[in-house]
Amino acid sequence: MSRADSMASPAVMTWRRIAAIKGASFTVPFFLGFVLFTAVPIVLALRESMYTTKSSGLGFGEKTIELSGLANLLKGVGDERFWAGMGRVALFAAISIPLIQVASVAVALLLDAATRKVAARFRLALLIPYMIPGIVATLIWIYLYSPDVGPLTPFFALFGMDADFYSGELIWVSIGNLMAWGGIGFNMLIVYAALQAVPREIFEGARVDGASELRIAWSIKVPLIRRSLVLTTVLSIIGTLQIFSDPMLFRSMAPETVTRDFTPIMGIYDWAFAQGDFNYAAALSIILALVVGLASAIFYRFTNKAPTS
Amino acid sequence: MTTTLDRRTVTGAAPRQPVAPHSKRTKATVLFGLIAFTVYSVAPVWWLIVSATKGQSDLYTTNGLWFAEFRLLDNFRELFTYQDGIFLTWMWNTVVYSFAGTAGMTLICVACGYGLAMYRFRGRGVMMGCIIGSFLVPHALLTIPSFLLYTDLRMIDTPWAIIVPSFFSAFSVYLAKVYAEGAIPHELLEAARIDGAGEYRMFFVIGARLMSTGAATIFLLGFVGSWNSFFGPLVYLRSQDKWTVMLGLYSWLKVKVDNSTDLTGLVVVGSIVSLIPMVALMVSMQRYWRSGVTLGSLK
Repeated sequence: MSRADSMASPAVMTWRRIAAIKGASFTVPFFLGFVLFTAVPIVLALRESMYTTKSSGLGFGEKTIELSGLANLLKGVGDERFWAGMGRVALFAAISIPLIQVASVAVALLLDAATRKVAARFRLALLIPYMIPGIVATLIWIYLYSPDVGPLTPFFALFGMDADFYSGELIWVSIGNLMAWGGIGFNMLIVYAALQAVPREIFEGARVDGASELRIAWSIKVPLIRRSLVLTTVLSIIGTLQIFSDPMLFRSMAPETVTRDFTPIMGIYDWAFAQGDFNYAAALSIILALVVGLASAIFYRFTNKAPTS
Repeated sequence: MTTTLDRRTVTGAAPRQPVAPHSKRTKATVLFGLIAFTVYSVAPVWWLIVSATKGQSDLYTTNGLWFAEFRLLDNFRELFTYQDGIFLTWMWNTVVYSFAGTAGMTLICVACGYGLAMYRFRGRGVMMGCIIGSFLVPHALLTIPSFLLYTDLRMIDTPWAIIVPSFFSAFSVYLAKVYAEGAIPHELLEAARIDGAGEYRMFFVIGARLMSTGAATIFLLGFVGSWNSFFGPLVYLRSQDKWTVMLGLYSWLKVKVDNSTDLTGLVVVGSIVSLIPMVALMVSMQRYWRSGVTLGSLK
């Protein structure tokens, strides 16, 4: 700002500055809380992971807290059981997320291809799973899978299949189906909203040129909704790597299959609240956060560099 | 789904049909696909509704997809009287936590979003960076240290551990900012300023009114998230009479494994009761959460 300006109207300048300060004050309550409940815990996690709590004697004596530097983090990096859980979840994410995305896009395209009246009728029904709380959805499917009360086991028995949905082979399929059931509605909604924003004339033009409906869907509609797809996929990656409540509920039905460190967060929860080692749990939390951040970043880079065609 | 669509290209790819953009075959395929997905979406809920009307023994012996002896009212009575009506306590707790937490969150986050959207001040860029950056921070990272923090603050096993932290939702601030930018013209505030209105008065008289639709969306999404939350209450709440309904249902599910009492019937009826407020809210406020979803995708 030039000197002439500030000289010309000092009164206006102070008035402007007061308005800006008052404007900034709108953000004060949020940022005080944000610092306390988001920034402080992150710093605490880093600090906790640097210490090790040792109890002298047979666990009855005084607890001593020692600075142990990166020892917890290094222990976590070498923890086979933690990485086994991470591997299970990563493999599950790699298979289930694309399948759920494809199904969501398929439903959104179907809805988009239907007339407005038909679409409106179906949309609410398709969104019913989205309205069901996650825990209740898991409970419903746990019972549907149950050999005692669920209708699925007798149904598969009709075809001579002996399906044990809680077994080690099928447990991830069972959880994947549950996540698809709950997640397709939400993803479909975002994709459908993006599709609705596309001007209809584009499709009419393609039709006149003789493009089939499938060709229009694949070559015009899907590229147009790419940004929405990237968004829903990143959200799914972050969510799936932190999967906790679904396996936790399945654990009460099949404790032998779903072990206490079945997924990374279950392992962290177990270390903190069953074993009481908060320092190590904090270190594992940091590792998990790094993996989640890295996975989303890699995916984001990858999709942003991919040629748009 | 893809297989049916594939077949459509092979058999029905009749070129040059400018008159009938939707051929009969396409229409039938679309309708069939939609019906198939609808059945998949609705059938589990149907099972839940049917099962809630059955007695404990019918639950195990009769076809899960059709009614047997109608005992819904008995089931309700049992649900509401079990352990001196602990279920009603859980429902009430969930309503209180969700309502208090979300109301406070909406006020704080809408004000913050309004400030970020309407004013230029030093540090604004850093604040936006913090908000966007925090989307990437996994909840897992925060839960363990938060537990230690709340222990120091003496908030563990009190409702405050659930209510107060939920006030500060970065995603809601982001939604509020995007909404404010679209809904409030800068010229309007400028005009009010010239007329001598104070900045705070402008927020309550102009800003808050123009943002009421956005605020309703933020409230609704927050309420649903808070109603459904599980990890937080599981970690921060100890005594049974402070639990939320989701935590209570989980504890009943676990009972079956631990001893011989079977609470399956109660879990089924309890699930239905716990989701009635959600479904009612979402159906009646459809227009708000749909706009919220599109708002969020406008990155």
